[in-house]
Amino acid sequence: MQAEKALFIVFAVIAVASALNILLQRNPLYSALSLIGTLLALSALYVMLRGQFIAALQIVVYAGAIMVLFVFVIMLLNQPKDQPQIEKQKGLRYLAIPLAGLMIAEMFYVLRPIHLSTLPADQSVGTTWSIGTALFTDYLLPFEVTSVLILMAVVGAMVLARREGD
Amino acid sequence: MTNLLLEWLIKTIIILLILLTAVAYVTLMERKVMAWIQLRVGPNRVGLGKFRLWGLMQPLADALKMIFKEDIVPIQANYWLYIAAPALSLIPALMTFIVIPYGSTITLFNRTIELHVTRMNVGLLYVLALTSVGVYGIVLAGWSSNNKYSLMGGLRSSAQMISYELALGLSIVCVLLYAGTLDLVDIVNAQNGFHGLAWNVFRYPLLIPVFIIFYIASLAETNRTPFDLPEADSELVAGYHTEYSSMKFVMFQMAEYLNLITASSISTTLFFGGWNGPFVGRAPYLGPVYFMIKVLGLIFLAMWIRYTVPRFRYDQLMRFGWKFLLPAAIVNIIISSTVLLFRP
Repeated sequence: MQAEKALFIVFAVIAVASALNILLQRNPLYSALSLIGTLLALSALYVMLRGQFIAALQIVVYAGAIMVLFVFVIMLLNQPKDQPQIEKQKGLRYLAIPLAGLMIAEMFYVLRPIHLSTLPADQSVGTTWSIGTALFTDYLLPFEVTSVLILMAVVGAMVLARREGD
Repeated sequence: MTNLLLEWLIKTIIILLILLTAVAYVTLMERKVMAWIQLRVGPNRVGLGKFRLWGLMQPLADALKMIFKEDIVPIQANYWLYIAAPALSLIPALMTFIVIPYGSTITLFNRTIELHVTRMNVGLLYVLALTSVGVYGIVLAGWSSNNKYSLMGGLRSSAQMISYELALGLSIVCVLLYAGTLDLVDIVNAQNGFHGLAWNVFRYPLLIPVFIIFYIASLAETNRTPFDLPEADSELVAGYHTEYSSMKFVMFQMAEYLNLITASSISTTLFFGGWNGPFVGRAPYLGPVYFMIKVLGLIFLAMWIRYTVPRFRYDQLMRFGWKFLLPAAIVNIIISSTVLLFRP
């Protein structure tokens, strides 16, 4: 139990620290790499919650596919120095603080009724089998609707990205 | 608990040592096979003292030479990323091997030892995850070197790996449909019947085209000819590792050969029964031997292809991946699931 707690603290610290680093870095590539760090640490936390499937998907989909595209685009744009500072509307800066406060308050309001409770340690809850069964029985309609939505997004992206005359 | 941890530690160290030695000797094998295909002799001088030993000490000499090379970091390079990149490509390549079973169980010092480092119920996804993370080493090497050839190599590599990962994943789905599990140990154990010859390709002949798709996609994932565009030497000098020298360069080479070994091991596990073979039930020590023979055969196939097929052009590579390999994998999934649906 002690080892588990120690591991949790290690990965939680990595996750939070790299999440902060995303905001603090000026270079977009460093931000993207910090985001990958956060994703990897989160995936380790999922493993400790017995969500192996989600943990693996987190790395395959987010760290392995989506973030590679992010890094790809940042590398092509490369020099952040060439771009002008986006500081045209100074007023927005003062609006940001109350808006952020509002959002945090809202988050606390939503999370208020959730009590911290220890879940029963079910061995099979995070396995591929249980998730697959749940997706294809209880949540079949949302699952299929989501897939149609994603298909629409893919078609939309292709229409937008197509050059004229192709 | 302590015993289990100790067993893991010992197994990990042994696997690590075997892998590193294997990498060294796969380079020698590559040079020998290349020489054989091109009707040459290949490296045959370096031996022990007076004995030449068919050049068997060549990898040792190569390693010594590489260690003593000057380690250069370009002034304009991004220092930390430049140093981190080789490690980022080597570490995932080494980590993959812990889920691959290379034998059944043997008894040693009154302990039953299972011949795999660990097993997890998402073993295959773990392998896929590490393959996709391995791209970063190459991409960051290309970017941080601050060299146009490196950058082009890195970009090509990431585009290629993302494209062929899809075909790779979908061809694995076919195997999963038959196996019904993501655990590599279970997948191999299921191929144990019929005197150890109930390999997936024999039991389900529909998996043969799937294997071909998987093999082509894994060649592309490991950046080997005819898919070695990230380091096409005639266009890009050496691609993403143009600026690297000394051990950092070696680390990229090692990662590349490790990926080849891993890809061959996964093919063996998924399609050719892993460690299964005749008489393996009676003599479990044969397991690792069979496994090694099969993996070496697949590595030899990769080398054979490398020195036979010319390199693709970049647009051909993309067209082949997206317009042929991916649809072919999807068609195979449809056929396999239809067959499974109508089978009792």
